[in-house]
Amino acid sequence: MSQLNLQANFSDADAFFAALADLHREGDERKSERINARLILLLANHIGDQAVLIEAMHIAAQVTTTDE
Amino acid sequence: MVSTYVNPVYAFKPSHDQTANPPTHYPVLIVGGGPTGLYCALDLAKQGIPSVVLDEDNTVSYGSRALCFSKRTLEILDRVGCGQAMVDKGVTWQLGKVFFHERQVYEFNLLPEDGHQRPAFINIQQYYPEEFLVNRIQDFPEIDLRWQSKVTQVKKIGELVEVSVTTPTGDYRMTCDYVLVADGANSPIRESLGLHSSGQIFNDTFLIADILMKADFPTERWFWFDPPFHPGQSVLLHKQPDGCWRIDFQLGPNADRQAWRDPEKVRPLVKAMLGDDIEFEFEWLSVYSFRCRRMDSFIHEDRILFVGDSAHQVSPFGARGANGALQSAENLIWKLARVLKQQAPAALLNTYDQERSQGADENILNSTRATDFITPKNRVTRLFRDTVLELAEQYPFARPLVNSGRLSLPCTYENSTLSTADAVTDKFPKTLRPGSSGKDAPIKALNTAHSAEPWLLPQLGDRFVLLVDGRALPTEALAQLEQVTDLEIVVIAEQITTNYTTLKDSAGLVAERYDLQPGTAYLIRPDQHVAARWRQIHVDKVLAAMQRALGKELV
Repeated sequence: MSQLNLQANFSDADAFFAALADLHREGDERKSERINARLILLLANHIGDQAVLIEAMHIAAQVTTTDE
Repeated sequence: MVSTYVNPVYAFKPSHDQTANPPTHYPVLIVGGGPTGLYCALDLAKQGIPSVVLDEDNTVSYGSRALCFSKRTLEILDRVGCGQAMVDKGVTWQLGKVFFHERQVYEFNLLPEDGHQRPAFINIQQYYPEEFLVNRIQDFPEIDLRWQSKVTQVKKIGELVEVSVTTPTGDYRMTCDYVLVADGANSPIRESLGLHSSGQIFNDTFLIADILMKADFPTERWFWFDPPFHPGQSVLLHKQPDGCWRIDFQLGPNADRQAWRDPEKVRPLVKAMLGDDIEFEFEWLSVYSFRCRRMDSFIHEDRILFVGDSAHQVSPFGARGANGALQSAENLIWKLARVLKQQAPAALLNTYDQERSQGADENILNSTRATDFITPKNRVTRLFRDTVLELAEQYPFARPLVNSGRLSLPCTYENSTLSTADAVTDKFPKTLRPGSSGKDAPIKALNTAHSAEPWLLPQLGDRFVLLVDGRALPTEALAQLEQVTDLEIVVIAEQITTNYTTLKDSAGLVAERYDLQPGTAYLIRPDQHVAARWRQIHVDKVLAAMQRALGKELV
C-alpha cells in the first residue's frame, strides 16, 4: 500500500508557490475558493489512491493552527 | 547614536586634467566610487588598462547598506586582492532559523561543501569592502581615484564619450573610449540621458535598526513571520562585525517614515523582541522601501556602459544587490579589456548585456518571489503562506516552500553565445557545465607563477586557461596551443613533467568536481566561467572555442 509522501518533493518549490499566488492575484475570495476546490479535486484525481488521499485529509484536518 | 566605524576622509586633489586643452583622453572613465566602480578600476588595472574613477563624495558609504556577501563575490574580490580582508573582518555564518508566531518552525544550515577556500556567505558592512578596495587601489598607479568630483554630464560625440566633471576648484571635461556608469540605483547619469530602469515598485516599507548589543547572541540569521512582538509583519536579525546587529522590521505599506527614525519610537519594539534585560544601543536607523527593476539594455550608444545598481536593482531579500553588481562588473571588465586591446571585436560587449540580463532577471525573479512570500498580496495568499509555515514545523515537504530570501548563487550563463556546447559523446555531467562559474578545490601548486594559495580558483582567471588532466598529455597539441596569446595551459598532475603550471589534485576534488578523466580539458574564461570542455584535446576545437568565447563569431 502506498503512503503519503511527506518529504520534500517539489521540482521547483519557489516557482510553484509563485504560480499559486498568481492564481489568486485578483483577490476575489469567492473566486479563490472555487479555484482551490477545483485544484484539490484535480490533484486528488491525479493521486487516485484512496489510502493516500485519506491520509492527506487526516493531516489537513488535525494540524492545529495558532489562529484557532 | 553610537558608532563603531569612523568614515575615512579622502582629500580632493586638483588634477592636471582641469586645465588640459584639448581635454585629456582616457580609455575608460568610471562614474561612481562605490563597490562596483572601485572594483571595475582594479580589475581593469589587472588587465593593464588605466582608468579614472570619479566620485562625488569624499568617503566610503555611510550607514546601513549591503551586508551579506556571497562566496562567488569573495572569489571575485580575491582576483583583485581584497577577498582575504573581507573574510578576516566579516562574520561567517551558516545557520538560519525561521520563526512563525512564537515558535521556531524550521532551521537550515548552509553547511558548506568541504574543500572550498571561501565560505558560503559572510556578513560585513558595505563601507568595509569599499575601504578595502580604496586601499588596494593605492597599489595601482594606473588608477586615478578622484574624490569630490561629480560627473554632471556624459555625452557621446562621434566615437568618443565626453564626460563633464564638477569639483571644488572648478569644472572640466575629459574624453574616453568607454564610460562605465556605476552611480547607483538612482543613477543621475541614466536619468540625464533620458534612460530608465523599469520594473516593480513594492509598497511595503521596512525599518533598518543596526544595534550594538553586549549580549552573546549566536551568529545566526533569524527570520520571524508574524511574531508576537511585531504582529502581522516580518523581522530579520543578522549579525555584523563590531558587535553590531542588523534588525530589519517590516512596517507595512502606510508607515510614518519620519516617526520611525526616532530611536525612542523604535526602542520599545527592540526591547519587546530581545527581552527587557538585554542592553543595546542604536547605531543606525533608516526607513526604506524598494524596487526590483532593470534597464532594457545595459549598453547605450555602444560606449556608455551601465554596471551595478544603475543597470539592475533588486529587493534586499536574498542578498543579490551588491553580489549581482560585482558579478556584472567582472563579466564586463574582461570583455572590455580585450576589446580595448583589440583582441576581441566590439560585439563581445553585447554579450555583457546578454549574460548579465540573464543574471539580473534571475536575481529579480528570486528576490520578487521572496518579497511576495514575506509580504503576501491578499488574504488567500497569506493563508497559503501561513499554512506553509505551520506545516513546515512538522512536515519536511513544506520546508522548501518557506522563502525568507534565497541566498545568492552565481549565475550559470545558459545558452551563452560565448559557450561551446558539450559533444554528446563526451558524456559530461551537467552540474558543472559550459556557462558555469568554475568550482574551487584544494590543490598543491607544484609549479606556478600565480598564487601560492593551495586552492584551484586563484590559479584561474584574468586570462584564458586550458585546464588539462595530465594523465594523458597531448604534448604536440599543447605545444601549438601554448603559442596562443591570452591562453595559459594549466596541468593537473601528480608531479611536474612539463614547464606548464602544474597543480597536484591533493584531495582528489578537482577530478571529482570537473569529472576529470585522462586527457579531459576545460577552457576557462578570464572570469573563471567554463567556456568549453572536451575528453580529448583537438587543437582546432580549442582554438574555435576560444574564438567563440572572444565573440569573434558574432561579427
